[in-house]
Amino acid sequence: MAITLVIDGKEITADDGMTLLDAARENGIDIPTICFHEATTANGLCRICVVEVEGMRLLQPSCIVKAADQMKVQTRSERVERARKTILEMLASTMDLSDAPAILTMMDEYGADAARFPGAARRESEVKDDNPMYIRDYSKCLLCWRCVQVCAEDAQYTYAINFEGRGFKTQIGTFFDRPIPETTCVLCGQCVGVCPTGALKAKREFLLEQGMSPQEISVLNTGRKRRSKA
Amino acid sequence: MIQSDRVVTTTCPYCGVGCALQLHVKDGFIFKVTSPFDSPVNHGNLCVKGRFGYDYVYHPKRVTKPMVRRYLLEGKTIFDIRESGGALRISNPELSHSDSPWDWIETDWDTALDIVADNLARIYQRDGSDALAVYCCAKATNEDNYLLQKMYRSIFRTNNVDHCTRLCHAGSVVALQQTVGSSAMSNTASQVIQNDVFIVTGSNTSENHPIIALQMKDAVQKYGAKMIVADPRRIELVDFAELWLPLKPGSNVVVFSAMAHVIVQEDLVNWDFVHARTEGIDEFLASLEKFTPEYAEEISGVRAEDIRRAARMYATAKNGAIYWGMGISQLSHGTASALAIIHLAFLTGHIGRDGTGLNPLRGQNNVQGASDMGAMPFHYPGYMRVDNDENAAKWEKAWNVEPGGLSRKPGLTTTEILSHAHEGGVRALYIMGENPMMSEPNLNVTRHHMQQLEFFVAQDIFVNESGAYADVFLPATPFAEKDGTFSNTDRRVQRVRAAHPPRGEARPDWKIICDLATRLEVRLKRKTAKWDYSHPEEILREMGGVNRDYAGITYERIDKVGLIYPVPDLNHPGTPTLFTESFPRGRGKFIPLDYVPVREEADDEYPFILTTGRLLEHWHGGTMSRNSSLNEAYPEARVEMHPADAEMHGITNNMPVRVTSRRGEIVLRCTVTEKTTVGVVFIPWHFHEAAANLLTNDALDPEAKIPEFKACAVQVFPAREAELANPETRLQRGRY
Repeated sequence: MAITLVIDGKEITADDGMTLLDAARENGIDIPTICFHEATTANGLCRICVVEVEGMRLLQPSCIVKAADQMKVQTRSERVERARKTILEMLASTMDLSDAPAILTMMDEYGADAARFPGAARRESEVKDDNPMYIRDYSKCLLCWRCVQVCAEDAQYTYAINFEGRGFKTQIGTFFDRPIPETTCVLCGQCVGVCPTGALKAKREFLLEQGMSPQEISVLNTGRKRRSKA
Repeated sequence: MIQSDRVVTTTCPYCGVGCALQLHVKDGFIFKVTSPFDSPVNHGNLCVKGRFGYDYVYHPKRVTKPMVRRYLLEGKTIFDIRESGGALRISNPELSHSDSPWDWIETDWDTALDIVADNLARIYQRDGSDALAVYCCAKATNEDNYLLQKMYRSIFRTNNVDHCTRLCHAGSVVALQQTVGSSAMSNTASQVIQNDVFIVTGSNTSENHPIIALQMKDAVQKYGAKMIVADPRRIELVDFAELWLPLKPGSNVVVFSAMAHVIVQEDLVNWDFVHARTEGIDEFLASLEKFTPEYAEEISGVRAEDIRRAARMYATAKNGAIYWGMGISQLSHGTASALAIIHLAFLTGHIGRDGTGLNPLRGQNNVQGASDMGAMPFHYPGYMRVDNDENAAKWEKAWNVEPGGLSRKPGLTTTEILSHAHEGGVRALYIMGENPMMSEPNLNVTRHHMQQLEFFVAQDIFVNESGAYADVFLPATPFAEKDGTFSNTDRRVQRVRAAHPPRGEARPDWKIICDLATRLEVRLKRKTAKWDYSHPEEILREMGGVNRDYAGITYERIDKVGLIYPVPDLNHPGTPTLFTESFPRGRGKFIPLDYVPVREEADDEYPFILTTGRLLEHWHGGTMSRNSSLNEAYPEARVEMHPADAEMHGITNNMPVRVTSRRGEIVLRCTVTEKTTVGVVFIPWHFHEAAANLLTNDALDPEAKIPEFKACAVQVFPAREAELANPETRLQRGRY
């Protein structure tokens, strides 16, 4: 059944049950997203996709809120823009965005100031290099949850990783913080495929970034000697 | 952050699922693989092999210059250097440091190809067509395979052309040809989610077709389907199954015939379908009487009540489907085993509609395509029988061969080619990309056969266990360095694209074949069958000109997503579901069956049944995966044994054990696990250090000629650490 709503002053029709994000995008209205991915279940975690809906007190995450008949929606109101800018500034204050060009572009677009919260505690951790296929650098993790979801019902049904810790200390981890080879992980790398910030990265890409040459990388798996764990 | 120079979309070189890959290339080096999320085959999901296992392309051991044995350059023949009284050829890589006539000498393409052409022509002129044979390759492209069988058929006039399909689904192919008249999956893997009830049997799908397994899990978890797993191992899919039938290896015929018995007894037969679409039901019903569920329980170990339940579930489903793997076909009664499954679909009418079907999951990335390309001793491309004059005439015209010139005599199969390697039999063998010294059963005998060859050419990317016996090594390119097409398990023809130029002097297989064929035609004074292609697309078009299934496929049409054949014309959208109106042979045929036990059953001396198979992290004989980082993820062979058996035999987890059959013995570590069942041990066959196929039985199915890889009798005793090939190499992982 088709419904009618107004987004940014433009009357559009959408299918009942569609999210505001899908309805907007189908009609050429761009709403920025970070944690949303077409292959994973949307959870409204990062809140960058919030919009202002007339009659609703709080800003609404458009990736999960359903479009309704006669809704009036602002995707670029001052309140929305301020919220997005603040979200970006908070992200920049706590994590390493150097591998997330889409987010850096977004910061320029919204005039976000990476140094707005100068004393903020940063979420920093060592690079975890514990398996032959990929590395985990949680200093670059924004907790979008995509990796956890594709490891679970969104793709692999393997359940090797999940959230651990609470509040600011929340991080993605394995059960009992075991190294990846000791978990149920099957090294499929679906998690690497959906990571938006380079926190999860193919091992060879990582080594190339570290300055190793393709020739040096190519001989790594040829000897009998096992490389020491990082 | 690394910026790629370019991103090349291609098709995965590992299994038959045919996932779309995007190769991210920087300075001629693939540093990352991703997959498009809108891919209709895999929706952006990959397994460890597809995403990370491509680095064999850069392995330093890869051969990138043609090599010949020293004695060939010195103008000698193999007879000049034959060891006194011994076999004709040897394999000992250590000798390459000495001044042996067996040394590999790097040379140029002209020298290597002239040596090959001279020797093949010499043997052909001396001994005729029957002395030559070729293994095509289920990893190579359609174009490569088409050309190689064209070379052997048009120049040497022999049908001694086969490939590893003989060792994997030959039983299924023969059974489907007899009953249906076709030999591919009837439906697509993406239709799994349309099933209400589906049976997975003889397939460890999560490890061997990982992306299809994801769709199976989705079907159960998100679409309300019920899965029945019939397998001697407690594979991962059992966690998602409604019912697990843990049958003894090789007892498929009784279990599935007992299900048919129940369907008939309980009046669950779809009589409309049986009367309208099948024949032979009366004889079949008579043959079913003996297959009571109680009889099946006695033989298979599966509870009669579970067989009844499985039969009811499948028969009463709106959409029922069956997916099967090597556990059905790799038996000395592999054909019968597949027939027993096919009967279930006929009785219930679960075929010819979306979400139903008979679906043999094909193993290799292009085993379907290689078969379609005529890389088999009985068929030209398009499954056109070679002993039919009308078919032969069509290809004689296409290949510029005089009328009556092509051989009408079906050739030897993979297994027979090697067993005929003796004086008066096959003298010269050409292998493109296969590794019989790992993949044949009873390898000690295989080695003996290889040693009898007079001339042997290996065309590959590494000198593998088989190439070690070769006279000439022609360095070909892996998937990332060539263009062409692969046909996946559900008949989808997809593009393969080069990510960068070949390394060193390696050449794409199709170019090597064209060059060699041209040299042979000159030597044998043949009219040319035309080998001057400028691009692989011209090869596919030539083939599609006669093979109607591929007639409507062009590179332009499959640029973005593949097309599912049959595609009879340029406007045809492809055919995801087969047999909607009728079967290619007309009516589906019931074939009465008897129970035949496996050739070698467990006894007091050899108390375990060994079943072989594959691992998620490795690929077949290991030429690719064991030369990649996958080897780090799974570095050693292990035998799986049930805890009850282990306790009885004083064996503990990680202990080295010696596994012995009547044909050979290997030493490897034991994994004590409930993944296998009591009385059954499992060994993957990827590891040359402990090659499972030294143990397996070379008994063949009488029709399909497929060996009995899935069951032979072995004994297992504790061994010493020092007896392991690499005691220091240990599997560090904990996955199920």
